[in-house]
Amino acid sequence: MRHLVLEDWSRKESWLHARDPRAKLMAAVALLLAIGTSPAGSPSRLAGYALLLLAGVIIADLPVRGVWLRACVVLPFAGVFGVLAWLAGEPGRAAAVGVKSYLSAWTLVLLAATTPLPALLRGLASFGVPRFLLIVIQLLYRYLFVIAEQAHHMRLAAASRGGGFRLRSRQGWRAGAGAVATLFARSHARAEAIHRAMLARGYRGEFPLASPPRFGLGDALLSLWASAAAAALRLA
Amino acid sequence: MEPLIEVQGLHFRYDSGPEVLRGVNFRLFPGESVALLGPNGSGKTTFVLHLNGLLRGEGLVRVCGLPTRPEHLPSIRRKVGILFQDPDEQLFMPTVLEDAAFGPLNLGLDPPRALHAAQEALALTGMSAAWHKAPYHLSAGEKRRAALAGVLAMRPEILVLDEPTTYLDPPGRRELADLLRRLPQAKLVVTHDATFACATTTRAVFFREGRIESEGPTAELIRRLGWDERLPPAEPAP
Ligand SMILES: Nc1ncnc2c1ncn2[C@@H]1O[C@H](COP(=O)(O)OP(=O)(O)O)[C@@H](O)[C@H]1O
Ligand SMILES: [Mg+2]
Repeated sequence: MRHLVLEDWSRKESWLHARDPRAKLMAAVALLLAIGTSPAGSPSRLAGYALLLLAGVIIADLPVRGVWLRACVVLPFAGVFGVLAWLAGEPGRAAAVGVKSYLSAWTLVLLAATTPLPALLRGLASFGVPRFLLIVIQLLYRYLFVIAEQAHHMRLAAASRGGGFRLRSRQGWRAGAGAVATLFARSHARAEAIHRAMLARGYRGEFPLASPPRFGLGDALLSLWASAAAAALRLA
Repeated sequence: MEPLIEVQGLHFRYDSGPEVLRGVNFRLFPGESVALLGPNGSGKTTFVLHLNGLLRGEGLVRVCGLPTRPEHLPSIRRKVGILFQDPDEQLFMPTVLEDAAFGPLNLGLDPPRALHAAQEALALTGMSAAWHKAPYHLSAGEKRRAALAGVLAMRPEILVLDEPTTYLDPPGRRELADLLRRLPQAKLVVTHDATFACATTTRAVFFREGRIESEGPTAELIRRLGWDERLPPAEPAP
């Protein structure tokens, strides 16, 4: 629970990990655009994208199977669309939707597995995504674990007293609602305490940035090379 | 000698609740280390939050001669470093180094200097090797030291620590006591831990129901009030 595999991966060291987050964002966006706009019925083109991604995974020194498995999270969603397309009498389109969603997820997993979240957020900030939104994401990410742990402890406490949040009985519903309320109140108190801790260290509404990333030759190469490859595959 | 912190007749209540601080008088002098003892709920944390203007009640609070009015808060917050009770609430940045650099950057240092100050503070607390770690990968003792680094990176003149031994195991406590004794700042240490109080402070004040009820040399005050953990040993089973 205290461990996100993706988080560990993102802190590895490889050529891809060392690239500026903006370069990786550009490469990912180029690839996503190419995948998203590819017409159905071009399996060799989709295989080309897959090869490109596979090269990325290998350069980043990530476990191939692990990345594949994590990209599967989109399959349930893609599956629904696929089934709908199938029912509409377009089996070719159904397959394409599935494969394209999977490739897009793979792209995002590769991006997240080679870029720690703070760096990713800095990259987004320099592309004009509102800072406020990014700070919220950063804090959410930081405290997700803390709150999840709190919820876990509450469940253990309830279970050890013979309770539990089974939502079948009316009593179960009530206990569950009470737990959510408690969790909310605690999270609120915590947010206040965090804000105080920020003020105590001179916070005045501006979130400071420690290291403005430097865009080097390798970064330019990555974004150019990935965009060119994606475009070439798309237009071939 | 001018006191670093001077509090006179401080009263405070949360919203429309009962009075939590009921006339606190307190002074902290340069070079001093003072323990703040007292039962749970007696207002210790509330008092501490007044020392850098996070809360403002009625009465006088002066830090290095400056009253805690809004116009003085930036310089007061630079002078008074507060270590809060729960390090999870203090370590809000994604990595240890970024967290330690948060204060210096807010003080307006440029990034290289801020990072330098952060690295110095991490070295001081023995956390240099963990600079790249995310806070939730740290042990309780490491979290405490990382949070302390974030405070020290601002180079405060006064350290205020709210129950710093919470969550620490005995070696962790000893380590923290050693570290505090090496730091030159004047200190106010809120604690329930009598051993820790004796190891890190020379004078103590005892809080009860929102005011200072008694004070004296730390060891003597603890003895006088019986404010320690001593219990008769358990009887062996018959
Ligand atoms: N944010 C708050 N809102 C309302 N009451 C509070 C708040 N924080 C603390 N209190 C109350 O103020 C009193 C003193 O609390 P506190 O200063 O935390 O005591 P201590 O640190 O000595 O345990 C307690 O009765 C507590 O319930
Ligand atoms: Mg307290």
